[in-house]
Amino acid sequence: MATAHSRTAARLMISPAVLLLLAWMIVPLSMTIYFSFLSYNLLSPGTERFIGFLNYEYFLTDPAFFAALGNTLLLVGGVLVITVIGGVLLALLLDQPMWGQGIVRILVIAPFFVMPTVSALVWKNMFMNPVSGLFAYGAAAVGAEPFDFLAHAPLLSIICIVAWQWLPFATLILLTALQSLDSEQLEAAEMDGASKLSRFFYIVVPHLSRAATVVILIQTIFLLSVFAEILVTTNGGPGTASTNITFLVYAQSLLQFDVGGGSAGGIVAVILANIVAIFLLRMIGKNLEA
Amino acid sequence: MARAVTTRRKAVITACAWAVGLTIFFPILWTLLTSFKTEAEAIADPPSLFFFQWTTENYGEVLQRSNYFRHFANSVIISVGSTLLGLLIAIPTAWSMAFVPAKRNKDILMWMLSTKMLPPVGVLIPIYLIFRDFGLLDTRTGLVIVMTLINLPIIIWMLFTYFKEIPGEILEAARMDGATLWAEILYVLTPMAVPGIASTLLLNIILAWNEAFWTLNLTASKAAPLTAFIASYSSPEGLFYAKLSAASAMAIAPILIMGWFSQKQLVRGLTFGAVK
Repeated sequence: MATAHSRTAARLMISPAVLLLLAWMIVPLSMTIYFSFLSYNLLSPGTERFIGFLNYEYFLTDPAFFAALGNTLLLVGGVLVITVIGGVLLALLLDQPMWGQGIVRILVIAPFFVMPTVSALVWKNMFMNPVSGLFAYGAAAVGAEPFDFLAHAPLLSIICIVAWQWLPFATLILLTALQSLDSEQLEAAEMDGASKLSRFFYIVVPHLSRAATVVILIQTIFLLSVFAEILVTTNGGPGTASTNITFLVYAQSLLQFDVGGGSAGGIVAVILANIVAIFLLRMIGKNLEA
Repeated sequence: MARAVTTRRKAVITACAWAVGLTIFFPILWTLLTSFKTEAEAIADPPSLFFFQWTTENYGEVLQRSNYFRHFANSVIISVGSTLLGLLIAIPTAWSMAFVPAKRNKDILMWMLSTKMLPPVGVLIPIYLIFRDFGLLDTRTGLVIVMTLINLPIIIWMLFTYFKEIPGEILEAARMDGATLWAEILYVLTPMAVPGIASTLLLNIILAWNEAFWTLNLTASKAAPLTAFIASYSSPEGLFYAKLSAASAMAIAPILIMGWFSQKQLVRGLTFGAVK
């Protein structure tokens, strides 16, 4: 029963949030777009001038951009592969009857609540350090040479750290989806003589695919912006070996004070994220109607 | 599935699950254990799991040397402050969207969600410059504002999915009885919505507590929350594993406990209702 009165009230109640988010989105974003067409360095104020698409040209032809783009894709892809496959396996395991299920669940979920700077530093120092990390002891114990993970395989190491943080998220969502699976459907299939494997592939997998898609899309949004883990472990190095787009834009704008170039990079990052966001929003929108 | 499970099968699965669970949890466990070791024992070869001289001196030292309480207080103020401010803005919005149907509501909700998908680097420079010009760099106020805005879409979404489950007939009955809009919100809606609001509160405190892009880029020392404080351990001097562990343990413990309580809401909040 929506009266004219309540409709006016509703509009009044929605507007603060809408206006705030509108301001938050439009003001800075249009500033970024504006800056991206300027030659503008914070170190030489007052010399800003319009240079058209030159910042984009520089940013997109910079070898560091291709390195960062490749690293971004590897980071996102690597973490997704580990967390989705690991998450499905873990969810299937945790869905079985066992003793102490609640506690195991808590243990598995815990890494998600560890702040990124803590998990990155703990892994960097106490596990991956080539002299006094646990992995170095492990290597020495079996007579192998200790490996300097962050110097020789920086991106892979960061992928592992980030995957550790996100595995709980994937597991939790896939487990939730698994538990909502109608068990009568499985029993009916069993009575009709469907084998264990075909029950898995024709009932469980299709049921999980929706949740898996949600996991992939949401993680991608967050993984495109991985920052703290890189900052405290490798600082993007050695060279650009572990620099992703987010870190490259940060370095260009706040370390080199190149506002113009950094803004162009920021816009490129926005465009990349939008491609993913379109798919995600379409999925969530469909669910809203159902 | 209603089927008898053999004890042996259950035992095997239990063993596997515990092994996997403990492996995943191990880095956290190791951090907790190391925080009770001396610096020398923290890097001892071979490392010992439980049999070492337990000490709490690291906690004392972290607390004494580094203004730990200020950073902790910053984290609390920023995460709780931004969440409360966000709720204040979001509750009326989510309420009216859930109970006053309008065609545009779905579009507005989707659009709000899309702001969450804007990568932070896309607006890093303008926000940094605006903060610089308004004297908001390295202030708690500045961070509360940013955190409120980045989490507002999630808060509205979560509240919306909870509010939608409240039967509208009850509100209509209240309205028939002559309740005003505010009375309706205060005495009818709020008591029924408290569980949903509580879980929204919890999840958003967790998200704001762990946020590590804006906190690292917009603070230096004064307003730095624990995320930024811990990051300062990335260029250490001398022996520091035990102290790093103690500082880390104190930074993650409160949120770990809150997190365990909000497991179920986590799925709902982070998938925007797409998985329940």
